[in-house]
Amino acid sequence: MAQLGFFFDNSRCTGCKTCEMSCKDYKDLSESILFRKVYDFEGGSWTADDAGGLSTTTFVYHVSAACNHCVSPACQAHCPADAIIKDEDNGLVHIDEEACISCGDCVEACPFDVPRMDPITDLAVKCDGCIARIQDGKKPICVQACPLRALEMDDIEALRAEHGDLWQIPPLPVASTGPCLSIKPSPALDSPALDQGFVANELEVA
Amino acid sequence: MSKEREGRQLTRRTFVKGSALATVAAAAAGGSLASLYGCTDPAGDATGGRAADVVWSACNVNCGGNCLYQWHVTEGMIDYMESDNTGDTNLQARACLRGRSMRRWINNPDRLQYPMKRIGPRGSGEFERISWDEAISTIAEKLQYTIDTYGNKAIHKIYATGMYSATGNPSARLLNCVGGFLNGMYDYSTHMLQVVMPFMYGDTFSPYDNFHASSFSEAGRASDLVVMFGNSPAETRMGGANAVWDYIRMREAIYDRGGRVINIDFRMNESISGHPEEWVPIRPGTDAALVNAIAHEWIVEGKVDEEFLRDYTVGYDEESLPDSAKGQNKSYHDYIMGTGYDMVEKTPEWAEPITQIPADTIRALAAEIAAAKAPYICQGWGPQRHTNGEESTRAICMLPILIGQIGLPGTNTGQREAEPPAYLVGGIPAGDNAVEVAIPCYQWLNAVEDGKSMTALNAGVKGADRLDTDIKFIWNYAGNTVTNQHGDINYTHDILVDESKCEFILCWDTVLTSSAKYADILLPDAMRSEQMNLITQGYSEYYTGVLLGQSAQAPPFENRSSYDVMADIADAMGVKEEFTEGKTHDEWVKEIYEAGAEASPELPKWDDMLKQGIFKKEVEPSIGLKDFRDDPKANALGTPSGKIEIYSETLDELNDTWELPEGQVISAIPVFNAGLFGYGTVTDAFPLYACGFHHKARTHSSFAVVSELRQAARNQIWINSQDADPRGIATGDQVIVASPNGKIQVEARVTPRVIPGSIAIPQGAWHDADMTGDRLDKGGCVNTLTAYEPTPLAKGNGSAHSMIVQVSKA
Repeated sequence: MAQLGFFFDNSRCTGCKTCEMSCKDYKDLSESILFRKVYDFEGGSWTADDAGGLSTTTFVYHVSAACNHCVSPACQAHCPADAIIKDEDNGLVHIDEEACISCGDCVEACPFDVPRMDPITDLAVKCDGCIARIQDGKKPICVQACPLRALEMDDIEALRAEHGDLWQIPPLPVASTGPCLSIKPSPALDSPALDQGFVANELEVA
Repeated sequence: MSKEREGRQLTRRTFVKGSALATVAAAAAGGSLASLYGCTDPAGDATGGRAADVVWSACNVNCGGNCLYQWHVTEGMIDYMESDNTGDTNLQARACLRGRSMRRWINNPDRLQYPMKRIGPRGSGEFERISWDEAISTIAEKLQYTIDTYGNKAIHKIYATGMYSATGNPSARLLNCVGGFLNGMYDYSTHMLQVVMPFMYGDTFSPYDNFHASSFSEAGRASDLVVMFGNSPAETRMGGANAVWDYIRMREAIYDRGGRVINIDFRMNESISGHPEEWVPIRPGTDAALVNAIAHEWIVEGKVDEEFLRDYTVGYDEESLPDSAKGQNKSYHDYIMGTGYDMVEKTPEWAEPITQIPADTIRALAAEIAAAKAPYICQGWGPQRHTNGEESTRAICMLPILIGQIGLPGTNTGQREAEPPAYLVGGIPAGDNAVEVAIPCYQWLNAVEDGKSMTALNAGVKGADRLDTDIKFIWNYAGNTVTNQHGDINYTHDILVDESKCEFILCWDTVLTSSAKYADILLPDAMRSEQMNLITQGYSEYYTGVLLGQSAQAPPFENRSSYDVMADIADAMGVKEEFTEGKTHDEWVKEIYEAGAEASPELPKWDDMLKQGIFKKEVEPSIGLKDFRDDPKANALGTPSGKIEIYSETLDELNDTWELPEGQVISAIPVFNAGLFGYGTVTDAFPLYACGFHHKARTHSSFAVVSELRQAARNQIWINSQDADPRGIATGDQVIVASPNGKIQVEARVTPRVIPGSIAIPQGAWHDADMTGDRLDKGGCVNTLTAYEPTPLAKGNGSAHSMIVQVSKA
């Protein structure tokens, strides 16, 4: 079985959120649901000299995050209804909405804060890697949409061979679920103020 | 029906229920919106097999990107969008987040539905439904009355840019058919630089070409250092074939060569994302002070290219000044070194408190630029959109001029990245305007208030010595500068509500914008994706193309094509044949396309284009002012001297002959002048500077109707914690921003990404205030805060980015 995963180019991303909005259009998601979301991660401080000149350690970078289609999905492990399926052909993780019992356990279990309860249908929903498009030989809608060509989906081992194994950059959590994600880092990850960083757009990604 | 589909319908019903504007519109229409959202279950299952028709179209708003849409349509309803996924990946005109939300504009519950006439006071937004016949006959009668009573000069087609299309806006043609109209010159994007730069680089100067600026792709090819002033393509040119993509590729090429990018801005803008080492923070509106200090360093350190300055420029030093200026210490060198009119030496220490950039940083910057082999120095259009913008835009150009880095591989002229004028098809001809007199576009409100006092010498009137009538009829098609995008909305409101001044306002739009509330007649417009549409180019510098789109979905309710409506107005005015030449809209599209195809044989035949929808091709990199650099005599510039005029004798004469308001100066050389509400003007009541910026949720004010965008990128002012903490302000708080001109209420974002002492306000949010009450603008429109003070030379909107404010918790 192949295992597909996403590649994200953190050095290119300008936080434009085209990935988010193309997904919202394709999946017809309302304001309150994001299958892909873009974190604005920033930090730093300012100091002034006697003449009014300023120096700063400010940095910002963005992380475009969707489901990582983990090797050992926590959502699947915690689903009491066996409603979460890991596709045998491509490893993409998706929800069988006919089987979902609306318990919300997957929402609690995911270390990446991916599944959501749809307030209208009261079913769990999440990024399915555009599995129907993949089966049609297309790319996920977000990958095809990125104006900066900063997203890819491919066999995760091929992506790691080309771009490296890095995936855990703030604010993504440490997780042992085997996330299938490869990230090309930006210079901002070397910022001296990185440990003061915070998600600046909590209101947009909640 | 699948659960996913069921969810879709419910979601759409929620949109309608939650919409305040829909209530007004639906009440006026007396109809229901439900039919817009009658989503049908497509063939196939819910997750795959979304078999559908694919219909091409394009974005038409004023970022200018013209990104490509492929609508997937099921049973006459748009299902979703695939943007450009054709051909070479690098040449795909991929729509940005706004373009990808276009379905939510097209199918928005707040779409206008029927023609309406005003029933409340002007600006109240109270309308009632009328028939198309009544709307058209009213407009024709008002046009005829205005012409008979005041003349065609009293009709003004106000600045409006919501329609980028070959055939979408034939307003000028229609008005020319009935005797013409008072034209507005220049534009709100580049008003100051467009007027002043010809005095430096010659009378053929345009911000929209690749002769006076180099392309990013040229920098990517041959530069080792890119220096940007107030330029963020990641926020102004966001499409996948627009400048942001050129920019990212250029940056990667430069880094691969060991080069560097420097981004000088008051915000850590989104083009800097991931690359904080590129940022040089600067107080807004002080770019010229930084330039002065760099120039000082270069003069002291002997880095100035004296040979280039002698052969290609005038006014750098006493020797090259025109005779009229000699012996008066008027040269640029005198100004910089402290022997000019102000007798102040422009050292880095002088510039530090003004710019907030440490003197040592300025020295390092000067050394780095001077050491570059091929520096590409450019500016966005933000620096010129200040009260001192006429000087700032020229000052930034002084950097490449002083070191002779112009017209050479990898360099630039100091202006914005090039836009090749590679337009493969034309548009419906506008015809000739019989009214010769014209005003700077930003002056329209003065011409409403007291046009008869406006002259060539006091108001920049052209084509006549003076206006002899006020504006009595405003024609506003697809525009929001009647209020929202103009300056000082409170003052503008007061002028517009006096119906004895402007007697009639026609607005024509898709949704009830702030401007549309001021309409006497308000017309609903079919969108581009609801009819055949044709467009070329886009602000892309390495590719050009043509899009022939079709109707993806029928126009809702009584929305009609603007061409068809204008043909009806022409008919009522007795000029239908002149206007239409017997052609339907779609026949014009075919004729215009075929004329383009004849001029460019590489274009497909009409029948093939109907099937393929798009044509794209690459454009070569360009070097600004290359011909002039190669042979300055044979290719002399269109200035009086034929050279780059650092000192403009013409501007000096205008300063003497024009009647300028107290405190305004037209400077012959590019100086630092703080300007109205610029550096040094803050007070106890208004202790912070404020500057606008382009926000990703909107293209100017377009797309503001889409709630999903408003949530994805919230409308927040940016304020540094050094300014927020003493005021008790945290991210997410509602705050009041007050200027001498008005007050807005808006959400705050406390962030280190904006320089202390200044706040950043996203422009284009829709004004929303009780104008008969407290006038507090809860929509957060920046122009509630700006002044209406046209700049000295251009008479333009420099006030757009120059504000002083106080911020407090709401």
